[in-house]
Amino acid sequence: MALLDIAGLTVEFGTEKAPFKAVDGIDFAIDAGEIVGVVGESGSGKTVTALALMGLIDFPGRVKARSIVFAGRDLATISDRERRALVGKDIAMIFQDPLASLNPCFTVAFQLMETLRIHGTDEERHHRAVRRARALSLLEQVEIPDAAARLDAFPHQLSGGMAQRVMIAMAIACNPRLLIADEPTTALDVTVQAQVLALLTRLQRERNMALILITHDLALVAETAHRVVVMYAGQEVETGPVPGVFETPRHPYTQALLAALPEHNEDNERLKSIPGMVPGQHDRPTGCLLSPRCTYAVERCRRDMPAMTGSADRRVRCHFPLDAAGLPTGGWKHEAAHVENPA
Amino acid sequence: MPDATHVLKMEAPTAPPGPWREFWLSFSRSRGAMIGLGLVVALLLLAVFAEVVAPHPPNEQYRESFLTPPAWAEGGSMRFILGTDPVGRDILSRIIYGTRLSLLIGLISVVISLSLGVVLGLVAGYFRGLTETVIMRMMDVMLALPSLLLAIAVVAILGPGLANAMYAIAIVLLPHYVRLARAAVIGEAGKEYVASSRIAGAGTMRIMFNTILPNCTAPLIVQATLGFSTAILDAAALGFLGLGAQPPTPEWGSMLASALEFIQRAPWVVTFPGLAILITVLAFNLMGDGLRDALDPKLKR
Amino acid sequence: MTVGLLEARALTRHYRVSLGMFRPKGLVRALDGVSFTLREGETLAVVGESGCGKSTLARQVTMIERPTSGQLLLDGQDAGTANAALRKRLRPLVQMVFQNPFASLNPRKKVGTLLMEPLAINTTQSSTERQDAARAMMDRVGLRPEHFGRYPHMFSGGQRQRIAVARALMLHPRLVVADEPVSALDVSIQAQVLNLLMDLQQEMGIAYLFVSHNLQVVRHIADAVLVMYLGKTVEEGPKATIFARPAHPYTRALLASTPSLSAAGRGVRVPLTGELPSPLNPPGGCAFHKRCPHAIPRCATEVPLLAPLGNSRVACHRAEELNA
Repeated sequence: MALLDIAGLTVEFGTEKAPFKAVDGIDFAIDAGEIVGVVGESGSGKTVTALALMGLIDFPGRVKARSIVFAGRDLATISDRERRALVGKDIAMIFQDPLASLNPCFTVAFQLMETLRIHGTDEERHHRAVRRARALSLLEQVEIPDAAARLDAFPHQLSGGMAQRVMIAMAIACNPRLLIADEPTTALDVTVQAQVLALLTRLQRERNMALILITHDLALVAETAHRVVVMYAGQEVETGPVPGVFETPRHPYTQALLAALPEHNEDNERLKSIPGMVPGQHDRPTGCLLSPRCTYAVERCRRDMPAMTGSADRRVRCHFPLDAAGLPTGGWKHEAAHVENPA
Repeated sequence: MPDATHVLKMEAPTAPPGPWREFWLSFSRSRGAMIGLGLVVALLLLAVFAEVVAPHPPNEQYRESFLTPPAWAEGGSMRFILGTDPVGRDILSRIIYGTRLSLLIGLISVVISLSLGVVLGLVAGYFRGLTETVIMRMMDVMLALPSLLLAIAVVAILGPGLANAMYAIAIVLLPHYVRLARAAVIGEAGKEYVASSRIAGAGTMRIMFNTILPNCTAPLIVQATLGFSTAILDAAALGFLGLGAQPPTPEWGSMLASALEFIQRAPWVVTFPGLAILITVLAFNLMGDGLRDALDPKLKR
Repeated sequence: MTVGLLEARALTRHYRVSLGMFRPKGLVRALDGVSFTLREGETLAVVGESGCGKSTLARQVTMIERPTSGQLLLDGQDAGTANAALRKRLRPLVQMVFQNPFASLNPRKKVGTLLMEPLAINTTQSSTERQDAARAMMDRVGLRPEHFGRYPHMFSGGQRQRIAVARALMLHPRLVVADEPVSALDVSIQAQVLNLLMDLQQEMGIAYLFVSHNLQVVRHIADAVLVMYLGKTVEEGPKATIFARPAHPYTRALLASTPSLSAAGRGVRVPLTGELPSPLNPPGGCAFHKRCPHAIPRCATEVPLLAPLGNSRVACHRAEELNA
């Protein structure tokens, strides 16, 4: 049984009559001990999805889902209080900018101990000394050098890498079963990034935690994750195992994204870029959201919104999913270039 | 010829709202701000059209109507709606003409103070070092003195009168603008668009006034609006002490001063100028608050 | 010997920082004796992590700050000690594109005004001439005519970078310093902007000083690479050599830490230990020795000099030994 199973998650903003769907009908499942990468560009809805899971979407955003089942309990039906008890303890999250996510007025020890005071074991909740000892042990687990001295440091005295490790320590303090990491290394230097990722994967393995890794960096997901979900403009467009999705992408967007990477282009030659921009609130196309930018778009694409098709393991949202050779299947025929809005 | 991949799709069929329109949308959302704005506009109109609106000339003494009560009280008449003062002048007309004076005082004091304050603050914030220290310590000295005492001191040196009162008030307001401007400049000077202008070859003057200053206006505008009301209050205080407008000028503060002894016998002589001051200050404060709320979120953006 | 467009000779920039009221000021050696040559039409990538001095280098080359010592030669002229008049003449040669598309454009100016500003300052063109030039440049970078009267906050990150590139090119510079120009952009927009930069280079013969920490992008766009660590050059050479046979342990660590899509592109993943030392208190000898897997006692006492190795240059005592 999957640890987390979401069906039909939608997050809307704006009025009821003219809603803006930041996230549109995501189905998502993750097992214990699995690492799933969620990739997408700005406006893809990946961060909003994570925030919705944690119950962090404030009014006027509206979160709707057919079901959000975590360890057998439907999160959509429990009370706020029950959710809070669950979310801090069994589901934890770390964010992109560690220096913005840590409270600058309090020491590292205070912030770690605060988490323990609310969600810790009985002993931890009542005894300060126990909490402090646990905080020290947590800092050592996240490989912070000279941990005892760092306990009483303030966030601004830490480097980016250190601060991110503190965030990770806070997140794993209560032994969560699911850890959501939203762009955890984007703000860090590349060598520190490697260190922090190694740490995350080690902790994940040791504790059999499920890890949702949200990022725009495809290479990161290729190296770290077991499965990947590709998002575009609030929708899930492709899901499948790594490296399968990256070697033989089925969705034109995934294919185009991979083709735009410098890695996949000849040195000093023009990169194969995707024309146009991600649709925002005001210019959402009818039919497939990618159709104005997709090189394979035909009349049907512009008219009908495609549904997710495929097996449980490998799903795609496209009328003409690509085959192993990278060409559209399903009776696709090349149409003369239809220039609606020159992209 | 640009490649098709370079040309971008239009973002929306219509252009997004310009900054003025965005500002108006935020501002009009606050009821207090709109009330303040309405009152300020009404006061402006009163000031401009005083000759047309006021029933009597402000300095005309009606010798047969000393201390007439307001129209709704016993003994009053519609001829003098708000009554008359001890020498028979119509209070309503004096208040209307007083509006012109108060707004003028506010405007001139704030304009002088703002211009000087912005320049000093810009210079202090841009050059830092010794220049900044000298300017800011001078401002600290001025802030250390209670504002009214400072104003009195200045007027004592320059002599009583409306014009000198305005200069005194301008000096009193100065440190606030200098500090604001300096803080804003320091906040903006490190930003990349300033470096960009420098690399484009902009000289010091251009960077200070053309590049940085337009980005510092929001807090200054708010402070200027609130400064208006402070100026009016200070002018009234000076007038009350006999150091500002001299009789027979219909300035609200001096109207209060000359009527103090009649506060029990003829309360209307004191009440209405006081109310006028209250309403005007309230109007500018409401508008200033609304401005701050409308301009601040953009600052944070 | 061909004179490069830009030549740095032992370029050094130190900053004095206050460490507290009663303590003596500290010295940050942000840039410590960096030398390189950049020729017309070439792209030199400067690679390194935070604190390595690449931003300081960018500020030196664009003449926003003066060097503490060393020389900076622009088109053969000494820009480091130039007086105001010479600097004014040299300005149109070097322009810059910044990293943060949201902070590098003046929020209170319309796009048209921003593009015309460099011309207004440096030329005697009439208003109509300036407008025509601005519109032509907008078209060249892929902006639409109606964008002329809009404010920066109405544009996306990618569009703002195009505006920034357009503004940098208004004076037809021969050298553009690009400080992480695509780091804040999505992959697909990154591709568009990189293509634009490469096209413009071909068309206008511009040289780029391309500062970046993204090695995949650097591999794609650079001709030569300069690797920096704590203000010093640790390795420098043609792109092919640096990527195929990195000689310095830090360069190797950087390459090994860069995630790669295909398993073939990945080196042995041995994460670098430790953190960047504080620039106020750098280690003695080689600045990298405390984190280096190949350090010997000599590394802690003697600063390695940049010495030739094959067709590149490396600052490492054990360079020849490790790369035999």
